[in-house]
Amino acid sequence: MKESLVVENLKSYYFTSVGAVKAVDNVTFALGEEESVGIAGESACGKSTLGLSMMRMLQPPGKIVGGKIALHGTDTLTMSDSEFNKKVRWKRIAMVFQGAMNALDPVYSIKDQLKEVLKYHGFPEVEMNERIIESVRQVGLDPSVIERHPHELSGGMKQRIVIAMALILKPEFVIADEPTTALDVIVQAQIINLLKKLKKEGMTIMLITHDLAIISEIAEKIGIMYAGEIVEFGSAEQIYDDPKHPYTQALIGAIPRLKGDKKFSHVKGSPPNLAKPPKGCRFYDRCPHAMDVCKQDPQMIRMKEGFVRCWLYDEKSQQ
Amino acid sequence: MQDSNVFVDVRSLRKWFGIRRTFAEAISSQEEKVVKAVDDVSFKIPKASVFVLAGESGSGKTTVARLILRAIEPDSGNIFFDGTDITKLDHNELKKFRINAQMVHQDPYASIDPRMRIMEIVMEPLTVYKIGTNKEQQEAVFKALEEVRLEPVTDIAYRYPHMLSGGQRQRVAIARSLVLKPKFIVADEPVSMLDISVRAEILELMQNLQKKHNITFLYITHDLSTARYIGDQIAIMYRGKIAEMGPIDKVLLNPLHPYTQALIDAISEPDPNNRLKEKMVRIKTETGIERVSTGCNFYNRCPYAMEVCKTEPKLMEAEDSHYVSCFLYPK
Repeated sequence: MKESLVVENLKSYYFTSVGAVKAVDNVTFALGEEESVGIAGESACGKSTLGLSMMRMLQPPGKIVGGKIALHGTDTLTMSDSEFNKKVRWKRIAMVFQGAMNALDPVYSIKDQLKEVLKYHGFPEVEMNERIIESVRQVGLDPSVIERHPHELSGGMKQRIVIAMALILKPEFVIADEPTTALDVIVQAQIINLLKKLKKEGMTIMLITHDLAIISEIAEKIGIMYAGEIVEFGSAEQIYDDPKHPYTQALIGAIPRLKGDKKFSHVKGSPPNLAKPPKGCRFYDRCPHAMDVCKQDPQMIRMKEGFVRCWLYDEKSQQ
Repeated sequence: MQDSNVFVDVRSLRKWFGIRRTFAEAISSQEEKVVKAVDDVSFKIPKASVFVLAGESGSGKTTVARLILRAIEPDSGNIFFDGTDITKLDHNELKKFRINAQMVHQDPYASIDPRMRIMEIVMEPLTVYKIGTNKEQQEAVFKALEEVRLEPVTDIAYRYPHMLSGGQRQRVAIARSLVLKPKFIVADEPVSMLDISVRAEILELMQNLQKKHNITFLYITHDLSTARYIGDQIAIMYRGKIAEMGPIDKVLLNPLHPYTQALIDAISEPDPNNRLKEKMVRIKTETGIERVSTGCNFYNRCPYAMEVCKTEPKLMEAEDSHYVSCFLYPK
């Protein structure tokens, strides 16, 4: 199977005064063509850092320490900064940041802000207007909004503008970090439909969120992140219908349902300190199935379409 | 429902906010635009039950909560609290009411003072109302921390907020709301800023405390799924009015108002088949703040809008204790 995205042994650490915080610690996964992925996990599991690492936009003291990120076969981590900036960032892979709609500059019109993105990436001036209108239409807005300022737009409209900003150079890959948080539920549904439409138009989406329900609307593959590691990766069917890792099971159990069984559960305790991650399985002290062997780092056990990092499973039983 | 069983009785509550006009508008003597934040809202909360007030932002639900707590003054209407009309009370008479009506806010990072220790934060209501000796106040704090299972209490009490997680901070806020032994608590989106894995814990805690102490609860949220877990009754608000109201399972499993139906369609359940279809969004998008000034306030967005909807619908009983404000339903 040809892979559109391969991430291998990615490590991104924040070098702080208390030591190196291992926010992304040896993350590996791969996507096939036309497969979108959801990265799910709680706060501070490293998912936003993963997204920023793929964009090479980690701010100091954050730094990519090692690994490989290959887009359609091209290892982007071996490129120089200027080459990545010229050829990859925003042109092949773009990002909708968490809370981006609040980062729109209040004193500039939408048109000027979209223009700024094009200017920065050397887009020909004469074609700018046309491209701006095209992007705005693509996200379902009337082109007249480009003359407005951010405060004149609703939350949903601002979010669409920020998505248009990410799409404007027609990248093949878009990372969306919590794109529906802070939006009203009906507007959320509209944004989700927009993401579905973009998928139909050929875009690959990496959706980063703590909301496992929303991920089911977009992702073919899902990675569950815990304390800087991907503890389970698989197809959507695998993850929802037959979750293997105890943390995945707990996360799915923690989703409140509108229909069916009313009860939902919680996970006791809290994630470990990533400046001093514990030896062995990082979920050990919260896991209902913890065993002695879990004090050693669990192996990556391959499964049908992914893997799980857990001593409850072994290679043979998964074949 | 017997009236003696009603703890909070809100009648025709109204709060309109005037929008500042530009100079040009003022001199052209255009009518002052108003935002009808709360427009003729009535509901009853039975004693020791959990009443959910649900709606999106701009629906007026937080304004209703503020009016009930008399943090802001209503333009008209009555609020009966345990039999007494609190809208008629003056500042001094309100003291007894305020002790009995407490609030838990949405943001556990903003609602507790980062420069105070947990002990001082939870003790503050007792200090403000001068209740108990210093020793009694300390004991009350330890007891409250025990109730919210923040243990060991002697350790937690002397920490600062930044030493606690979001979920722990919210427990501190809950402890603080309990310390005056109130009969009524308003919880405004208490779990929306917490991680998914922690929400059930906090909700379960609130539910246990509510049952244990017979507290009447007003729970405000836009998240219908968590509302279902904790609520007994629910009222769905849209732009200042109640669109639908009734026992929570009835309203959520058999939504009558087109707006309620749209809210429920919008919710995602974790189902891998979701990605194969589009989400149903039956209602039209809002184009701006212009709206029909008479008639149903949902008219512009309603997929079933009829001619009669240009007149004002009333909240009426469609089936046993399930009320809806919509011309689709004859009495």
